[in-house]
Amino acid sequence: MSEHHLHSSEHHEEEGPHSSFSGYMIGFMASVILTAIPFWLVMADVLSSRNATVIVILGFALVQILVHMIFFLHMNFHSEGGWNMLSLIFTVVLLFITLAGSLWVMYHMNVNMMPGMMGSS
Amino acid sequence: MSHSAVIPAAGESSKFEFLERGEHHVANGTLLGFWLYLMSDCLVFAALFATYGVLSQNFAGGPTGADLFDLPLVAINTSFLLFSSITYGFAMLQMQQKKLKGTMIWLAITGVLGSAFLGLELYEFYHLIHQGAGPQRSAFLSSFFTLVGTHGLHVSFGIIWLVTLLVQLKKHGLTTANRRRLFCLSMFWHFLDVVWIGVFTIVYLMGSMS
Repeated sequence: MSEHHLHSSEHHEEEGPHSSFSGYMIGFMASVILTAIPFWLVMADVLSSRNATVIVILGFALVQILVHMIFFLHMNFHSEGGWNMLSLIFTVVLLFITLAGSLWVMYHMNVNMMPGMMGSS
Repeated sequence: MSHSAVIPAAGESSKFEFLERGEHHVANGTLLGFWLYLMSDCLVFAALFATYGVLSQNFAGGPTGADLFDLPLVAINTSFLLFSSITYGFAMLQMQQKKLKGTMIWLAITGVLGSAFLGLELYEFYHLIHQGAGPQRSAFLSSFFTLVGTHGLHVSFGIIWLVTLLVQLKKHGLTTANRRRLFCLSMFWHFLDVVWIGVFTIVYLMGSMS
């Protein structure tokens, strides 16, 4: 018990997460690939459908954000006793509400404000 | 820690441990507090992204993203930021090995890459405004300049912080306080890279397709 305690306090001496060369390189290589593919998809106009391209590049962005979070920001479930992850999850929920809510409400408002619709009613 | 060299008497050891742990709570509190700041900054960007998402098709008869955006330029800019992320990582690795010079060199390279990013972005802004596609042209351009400009402003402050930290390192070396600052700037820098992923995907790539 006391040995474990000593170890943990020594670990805290080197505060912040411990990072490794291989971790950074894996993250970097993955990021390069995950950046290059969306640019190629759009610049070379690979997929014929616009919607398919949008979904694919948004997917790549999401994966790359996760890669950055894990390999560069060293996110995990036990750093700072889990408070890092908890605040991140809370932020992501607010992010989703802000983005989805704004787009949804404003889209419907735009549709209802169309001059054509106002004339027809 | 200077007092770790002092060997306490048996009776006092618990007191020393308490003091030391108390200090560590402060240190860890800084990293967690800084993370909470980053999360609130995330919400600022969420609001700006939402604004851009709502206004991105309101061109007011003006130029669209497809007319304006120069994707090769954005790709170069993105690679600057990505490279600056990995060079900051190398600075952190040097710091872990307690190598002051290596830390400062990689930090300086990160600063140069960040400045290159900022320079290219300012060139792009100048070019757009020169073409008559300034922030006052349409709602789309207003939200574009606000979102990308806010990110650029963050990068500028990051560079100022980085230079300040270089001076601090030169003066005081890799002290506990400076290592803590390096960790905070590391989070800030990588966070800006994460935001940029959203910017280049949603603003530039999706804007170029319409």
